[in-house]
Amino acid sequence: MADGGARHLAHHFEDLEQQHQAASLGMWVFLVTEVMFFGGALLTYVVYRARYADAFAHASHHLDVTLGTFNTVVLITSSLTMALSVWSAAADRRRTLVGMLSATMLLGSVFLVVKGYEYAHKFHEHLVPGPFFRYPGPDAPEAELFFSVYFILTGIHALHMVIGIGCLAYLLLRARRGAFTAAWSTPVEMVGLYWHFVDIVWIFLFPLLYLIGRHA
Amino acid sequence: MSVPTRKADYLNVDYGVRSWLFTTDHKRIALLYLIVITIMFAIGGLFALAIRLELLTPAGELLQADTYNKFFTMHGVIMVFFFLIPSIPAVLGNFLVPMMIGARDLAFPRLNLLSWYVLVVGALFALWAMVTGGVDTGWTFYTPYSSTASHTNVIPMALGVFITGFSSILTGLNFIVTIHTMRAPGLTWFRLPLFIWAHYATSVIMILGTPVIAITVALVGIERAFRVGIFDPALGGDPILFQHLFWFYSHPAVYIMILPSMGVISELVTCFSRKRIFGYTFVAASSLLIAVFGFLVWGHHMFVAGQSAYASFIFSFLSMVVAIPSAVKVFNWTATLYRGSIAWDAPMLFALGFIGLFTIGGLTGIFLATLGIDVHVHDTYFVVAHFHYIMVGGAIMAYMGGLHFWWPKMTGRLYPEWIARIAGIVIFLGFNLTFFPQFVLGYLGMPRRYHVYPDEFQVLNVLSTAGASILGVGYLLPLVYLTWSLRYGPAAGPNPWGATGLEWQTPSPPPPENFTQAPEVRDAYDYDTGLAPLPEGARG
Amino acid sequence: MTHGVASPRVCLTIWALLLLFTAITVVVAGIDLGVMNVVVMLAIAVTKALLVILYFMDVRDAPQLTRIVVASGFAWFVLLVAFTMADVLTRG
Repeated sequence: MADGGARHLAHHFEDLEQQHQAASLGMWVFLVTEVMFFGGALLTYVVYRARYADAFAHASHHLDVTLGTFNTVVLITSSLTMALSVWSAAADRRRTLVGMLSATMLLGSVFLVVKGYEYAHKFHEHLVPGPFFRYPGPDAPEAELFFSVYFILTGIHALHMVIGIGCLAYLLLRARRGAFTAAWSTPVEMVGLYWHFVDIVWIFLFPLLYLIGRHA
Repeated sequence: MSVPTRKADYLNVDYGVRSWLFTTDHKRIALLYLIVITIMFAIGGLFALAIRLELLTPAGELLQADTYNKFFTMHGVIMVFFFLIPSIPAVLGNFLVPMMIGARDLAFPRLNLLSWYVLVVGALFALWAMVTGGVDTGWTFYTPYSSTASHTNVIPMALGVFITGFSSILTGLNFIVTIHTMRAPGLTWFRLPLFIWAHYATSVIMILGTPVIAITVALVGIERAFRVGIFDPALGGDPILFQHLFWFYSHPAVYIMILPSMGVISELVTCFSRKRIFGYTFVAASSLLIAVFGFLVWGHHMFVAGQSAYASFIFSFLSMVVAIPSAVKVFNWTATLYRGSIAWDAPMLFALGFIGLFTIGGLTGIFLATLGIDVHVHDTYFVVAHFHYIMVGGAIMAYMGGLHFWWPKMTGRLYPEWIARIAGIVIFLGFNLTFFPQFVLGYLGMPRRYHVYPDEFQVLNVLSTAGASILGVGYLLPLVYLTWSLRYGPAAGPNPWGATGLEWQTPSPPPPENFTQAPEVRDAYDYDTGLAPLPEGARG
Repeated sequence: MTHGVASPRVCLTIWALLLLFTAITVVVAGIDLGVMNVVVMLAIAVTKALLVILYFMDVRDAPQLTRIVVASGFAWFVLLVAFTMADVLTRG
């Protein structure tokens, strides 16, 4: 702690400031690739939603808005605890940092559990696309398309959550040993950026998937 | 070597396989890429050879229709995803980007090594898909060829492409961050070599485009694995949506191949005409313009696919627009040559070959961007010839030129110049003989992707196959003499070409940290003022 | 090296705003506004995303370059959608 973070300086950088700039820019550029990755899947949503607006609205009735809203609140709160983790690290508050990272992990896990429950429910109702899909209503192929897009989008989102929780576990282990200080807490910041990004994806997925048929 | 105690360079600082497989030195990683890419090029080349042999006669005597489908598919997949896209950025870019900006390494050295492993894993998946039965979808993986209509190894091959995409993404990310944050003091943006500008623009495309192809092939994989109808019209899906997603990446991918080539050519043309580049700012900016406009033209692959006429009109227009920054480059290289002191060394022969062949490829691209002509020649050999003029005549020519130019820097050895010149000429002649007849064939109406054709096309096909044999010999020559030079080539000085880039201010091969002392930052093309005559006897 | 990290007070305020917007979007979704439903929903989602980006991800104090990177990511997604829809919506 007394070295001001100097032992974290890699050989090819001039100083910590340059190293931090590189890490931050690298993370943002990575998030841009993530935007485009989700973007391709979202494009399928946009195209089919435009073409089969009514069928999509009806199919969305089969999603549980209450659980969706609950999960939105959970994820937004996890973003809060993540932001507070970054602040704790920068303010040299190790115990708060450990607490906030744990809270973020816990909230992320709650989100996944709820999501898993929703998925299980869809299995029971035969709403999972594929040979066993049964749809009680008109426009079954279009509704199947809706559920394909739903599972793909929420599936890659959930995968990102799992990876995020893994990163948080790593941070937690290191934070308990006091690895992050005001002088050097780049990994906390970087995982924070990633976690917030995953939150932003959900901020869009929630209305696009759950809320489109509410008024119809 | 006159110096008795030779200082450690990046090649001899450490020995053994482990020191290579766990290296984080960008220069060593560049050589690792060189090995993998050469192997993939050879495999792709063997498929090309089989295709050309089959087309020697009008009747399908060598390959069955199904086998032929697999061969052209695997030729395309290997060459595009595992050779052309990584070629210049991963080998020359990896080696030179840090050196040209006076940095000790790329910003994320371990990530750089990871990108190589990712490429290898992707390549292994592709090879596995090949040896266990192959794929017959065409390199474009169009649905329904890749979904309901194919019983071949689409998923392993798609997985290979998916994985390799991340190699490209990580390389692009590394370059962008390195160029932004690690330039030597005083090296402002408009003093950067054009090679760096080109690689920056390429990286932008890699970052913005590659994730889309990743999700696209993932969607195809999901469609096949779970029997859902994302792109299947019988289940409400839209196969043309697949083409939009595919070409959103794969058209810009052409610029991933050609932009780094343009960067190489800018370095070669200035060095071997001993002149400052004409219109530096325009050449630099045109790289970025190509990267941006390159994203807005993808629909020109879909003029006859069922895309709306309105969209086709927009894409046709924008495709013409992207010709402007490309033309800016060609004109500026030509203007650089004008009244230059031109030296006909091997790298320059490749560079001049590039300019001519790229011009032909680019101009025929304008034909194809025109709606009416495209309807006539779509899916004929005219298209095949056009994109081979860009990818082989352009990208591989520049890759060869760059490899010959920086080989002394990378290995510390000189190759025999005379045979390199012969190789350059053989490749140029062989290439034209292979692909020029294909323009004619396509214009006469010979469709691509068939293993049989009417008798009247035979003469031109025989010419093309003859050319391909010459081209093959042309590519084998460098393999031989460059490998030979590793052991027997005379030692190259730090700057055998009298070039001005920062990478020439350090010994060849460079020390592990690239520079023994901080390089002197100058204008990248200081040829007018500091006119250094080519050192006599510097080459073999 | 505290690069303008948001303070707990700012974080809590933003969190409250995000919850408020979530409530609004759920309520508005229940009212039939015709095409405006989509517009309002997207406007709220964009606002929420901006709050997260600017405050939780600290872009308000970040260098110009970071803003350009963020903006280009979203701009390219819009290009992908816009040009594809130019075809999808005008197909005969």
